[in-house]
Parts: sequence; C-alpha cells; structure tokens
Amino acid sequence: MAVSTAQASAPETATREIFMSEALREAIDEEMTRDPTVFVVGEEVGVWGGAYAVTQGLLEKWGPDRIVDTPIAEAAIAGLGIGAALTGSRPIAEFMYSDFMGIAMDQIVNQAAKNRYMFGGKAKLPLTYRAPFGAGTGNAAQHTQSLEAWFAHVPGLKVITASTPYDAKGLLKSAIREDNVVIMFEHKAIYAMRGHVPEGEYLVPIGVADVKREGDDVSVITYARQTHHALEAAEQLAAEGISVEVVDIRSLYPLDTDTILRSVRKTHRAVVLYEAVRFGGFGAEIASQIQELAFDDLDAPVLRVGAAHAPVPFSEPLEQASFPGTAQVVESIRQSLQGVY
Amino acid sequence: MAEQQPVSTNGRAGGGDASNGVLEQLSDDQLRWIYLIMRRIRRFEETAEEAFRAAKMRGALHFYIGEEATATGVCAALDDGDFITSTHRGHGHCIAKGARMDKMMAELFGRTTGYCGGKGGSMHIADIELGNLGANGIVGAGIPIATGAALGSKLRKDGKVTIAFFGDGAGPTGAFHEGVNVAATMNLPAVFVCENNQYGMATHADFANAAAIHNRGPAYGIPSASIDGNDLFEVYATAKTAIDRARRGEGPTLIESRTYRHKGHTVLDQKNYRTKEEIAEWVARDPIERFVKAVNESERLDEDDFQAIDGQIEREIEHAVAFAEASPWPTVDVIERDVYVE
Repeated sequence: MAVSTAQASAPETATREIFMSEALREAIDEEMTRDPTVFVVGEEVGVWGGAYAVTQGLLEKWGPDRIVDTPIAEAAIAGLGIGAALTGSRPIAEFMYSDFMGIAMDQIVNQAAKNRYMFGGKAKLPLTYRAPFGAGTGNAAQHTQSLEAWFAHVPGLKVITASTPYDAKGLLKSAIREDNVVIMFEHKAIYAMRGHVPEGEYLVPIGVADVKREGDDVSVITYARQTHHALEAAEQLAAEGISVEVVDIRSLYPLDTDTILRSVRKTHRAVVLYEAVRFGGFGAEIASQIQELAFDDLDAPVLRVGAAHAPVPFSEPLEQASFPGTAQVVESIRQSLQGVY
Repeated sequence: MAEQQPVSTNGRAGGGDASNGVLEQLSDDQLRWIYLIMRRIRRFEETAEEAFRAAKMRGALHFYIGEEATATGVCAALDDGDFITSTHRGHGHCIAKGARMDKMMAELFGRTTGYCGGKGGSMHIADIELGNLGANGIVGAGIPIATGAALGSKLRKDGKVTIAFFGDGAGPTGAFHEGVNVAATMNLPAVFVCENNQYGMATHADFANAAAIHNRGPAYGIPSASIDGNDLFEVYATAKTAIDRARRGEGPTLIESRTYRHKGHTVLDQKNYRTKEEIAEWVARDPIERFVKAVNESERLDEDDFQAIDGQIEREIEHAVAFAEASPWPTVDVIERDVYVE
C-alpha cells in the first residue's frame, strides 16, 4: 500500500523516519527503562521477537524476567496480565493476533474490565493488551478480523489504535502509564509503514482525535490503516477541487466526540470509514453520535463505509474487495456530496 | 522440570494423635485463630442465610458451610501479604484471609459501607490490601489470575505465594488447564487448591471430571495431593508443604481437598441430586467438630477458650448485621463511578 506522508501532529524538526513496528518497540523499551515494573508477556515475544517483530531484540536487552515467553495459552496470557497488574506490576500482554482474543474473552471482559468496578474502585489494573488486527495480509478469516467494536462496547476497557508510527509510539507509551486496562489494536498492514518520529520523549494522549488533513466539503471519520485510504482519497479528490477533512479518532473509548462534531459542523457531511464488518461495527456508534448531536448541521445522511458481511476471504482479489480501499472511499465521498445513496 | 512426588498421601505415617502430629506444630494462638476463623465462617453463613430468607438481601448466596477446614487450613499456612483468588463460594476464603465480617455483611446487603460499596455483592468481594484478589462469578476464572499474581511475585522477587481456590466444577474448564500448565512451565510460586465439594450445582465431580483432579499433577509435572478436606490438620500440613515449596522457588503444587457443602448450591436448591443419608454422612464428618474434638483430646485449649471465642464471634455477628442494616444505600450518582481510574 502507498505510504502516507501525513503527520499533522508530528513536529517538523528533529525527527527520523522509522517503521511503525520500531516506534512501538521504542515505546516499550523506553517505558521499561522508565519503570522497572513494566514487563512484556505473550507468545513468541522473546526468542522469536514477536510475530510482527515489535519486540525484536528486547529479550537480549532485558532478559527473560522482563520479556516473558508463554506457551500458546491466550486465556492464561490475559490472566497473567491481570494477576500481575493487581499485585504491583505493569504488564504489557501481547496477543499474537486479535482474532485469538476470543479464547481469552472471559479474562478480558469479565475479569480485567470489571475487577475495579466490582471491587468498589479499590483495585487498579495498570495493564496494556496489544493485538495485531486487520485484513490485507492473505492470512484468511481467522487472522485478519477487526474486532475492536467488541471491546469498545465493554465498560472498563479503553481501546486505542494508531495510523502512524508517531501516534503508535505516543499512544502506546500513554497506555503503559495508564492505571487502566487499555487494548491497543495495531493494524498489521502498516507495521512496515515508515513515518516521522521525533527523537526523545513525547506522549500522545488517549481520548484525543487528530485531524490528519483539513478540508471544507466533507469529513471522513476513520482510524488505523483506513486513515491512509481516506488521505489518498482526499488527495485524489483535491485535484477535482473537492476538499476532504480526515479525522483519525485514534481512541475508540474514550471517544473524542468534540473533534468529530467540530469537523462535521464545518463540512456538514460525514463519511464514517472503518475496516470491520460494516454491520454493527464501531462506525455505527460514531454515525449515531453525529446524528444525535449535529443533526441540524448535516446536509446529507451520515454514510458508513465498512467491510462486507462475510468472513475475510483468502484469495487476493476477494480479500482486497472485502474491505474498503481508496477507490471505494473516493466513491463514498462522492455519494455523500451528491446525497445519493 | 519439577519432581512428581506427592506432598501428602492418605496413608499417613507418624504422630500418635488424631492430627497425626500436626497439632503439636501449631501454637495455642494458632489453634485459637483456626477455631475463630472456622466458627466465624460458619456463623457468618448461617446469619447470611437467615437474612436472605427474611428478604433482607437479594441475589445469590453460595454457602461455605461444611468446607471451613479447607480455607482455614490453607490460609493458616500463609503469610500476611500472600495472595489468594477465590470463587463464587468465596465467603470462607475472605474470612480466612482476614476480611471483616461487618464490611462483608454490608456488601451482601448492598450498602455503601460494604467491601465493594455495593457494586460487587457476594460473588465479588475482594480486599487487595489483604491479598484477596477477589471472589469470582466465573467458574475457573480465578486460576489464570492466580498464575498471573504468582508471575508478578516471581518477577518482582517479593517472596509471596499465591493460592488459587477453585471447585471441582472448575476442573473441566480451559482456564484450569491454561493456568496450571503455564504456572508449571514457568515454575511459579502458586498453589492450586481444588475444593472438591462433590457437586457443581447438581453435577457430580466424578461425572464432570474424566479422572480425579489430583491425578493431573503428574501430567503437569508438579506434585499433587488428595486430602481429607474436612481434616483441618491434614489441610494445614499439606498446604504448608506446598506453600513452603513454592516460596523456595520450587514451583506449584496441586491439592485436591475432598469436602462437602452441607447446604444447597445456593439458597435455592433442587434438592433432587443427593440423598439425606449422604448429607448426614458428611455432616457427621463436620470439620469444626473434628477439630474441636482433637484439640480437646490434646488438652491444649479448654472449654473457656472455645466459649470466649464463641462469645466474641456472636458480638461480631450482631455488630455486622446491625452495621449492614444501618448503613446507607448507595446513591445512583455512583453508577458510572469506579469504572476507570480517573
């Protein structure tokens, strides 16, 4: 896929271009340096270096007491995070694929998310779950899903996802410092995307959206890899004189509704773009908030663009057509502008 | 890999008395503490049942009556600051880990002064400061959490041990396998204590588990034991061996403590899955009565000791109920509070 150059939130000076996977690794490494109670636990995080190479080299640097390899046991991995967090550690627990979180669902949803509340606010869980997600990798239906809406629906969890190396590093550092359970969904197709990341310390706050491109005619509200499809679509349409604003929410919960509404009140049109199955996806929540809170500002119905109502297929032409690409985003923006659905 | 020798067997050797010599290892203060805890549990449960039947509380209560020796014997072998995870039948573990009955009762009553401010109820009492990482409404779910606490202790080198209490009903769950297997592979300071009280609701442990739970120890390469869970001394001695071993960094142990719940699954019970004779047989093996008899025979404590403790507990119980009844209900503005650390 094309590499975006959009870096609305990154400073112009003293930066380097690094991969998203490197940016995530820096976040983990810096937080492990900062806080001795931070450790990484998961399948193949150590010797292998992480299925997507995020933790590469960290075992050699930190040793097996900070980079903890586990057997294939997702419920245990989730529980290891909970038990260690409850008793004074600050774990980063990795699921090799977010699809595997189904096996750990009770630990995540009934235990991690609810412990603090059920215990009357007397427990804290400084716990970060990391999980690669998203399609386009040819890994078929059990390794490519976008299940973020499941988790955003559960009180007690925070859910974040990044579209750039800059955001990825800053968000993950914030997540690790949170005294709450944060799930960071990392899109597999952009681990190898390069982007500007400054030298030195910075954080990206959780719960703050980022306008990745300013525009006047229509707002595309999106997150993760789809941000880049939106930016590419915006670039193409700019040649026709159509001005597209791209809002990267970065955080599903808490959701920065203010930034979304500010954009929609300016452009009066909204396309909500996400890679999960369109029906019942997180985009429905965004669309609903917009129509509830900015109905009178809208010149057209809020349009949702998401994936087909099918498991992600393997064969490349099928897979590529099953979730939104740049061409579909361009088409959807035209529909919104024409008010034709 | 850990050795696979059992830490305790049914064919016990040594010791001339009913406790097999274990009683002699316990101080008078420990004996008093053990009696206090077992009686507290019994009286707390009896009182909670009365309150429930009088419609003073709602929800589901799972009584620990008949199983007191397991929680008490295990916790008697723990140090302050060690951790436990508990179950839906968790009042006994709470009390044995040092919980206050007034705050527990207030939680059952749904009041602000309860352990969870009324947000958790009977199945979710926790006291992190005491090392009680929480009761649990999901069967088996405390096991991976206990493994996590034990991993935390290993990494932090804090010298603590974690007990995972669970029932025979958790034996068939995936959480059991994942939690115990990972603890064994990582040699974590955890002790897995199965309270086999014979039934998960109406389903017998032997139906639910293809083979006895303690037989799984060798499968994970860890020591295991099958013990009489109504014999306080056997529970204590077995737990102590396992806890000491864990604290030395030698890894986890699996203990199956055979016991019985005198009461139904909850206050509501079908009463169609076990016979009166079976219940009577187990009531005759009451763990508290057996403890008292053994202590009496040893002449270590006398009737005055027991009576003084009984009197203390009655005052505590009376206070707990009065405290709970007099405590305010939570106000609805707290519904969305405590979901996150702000």
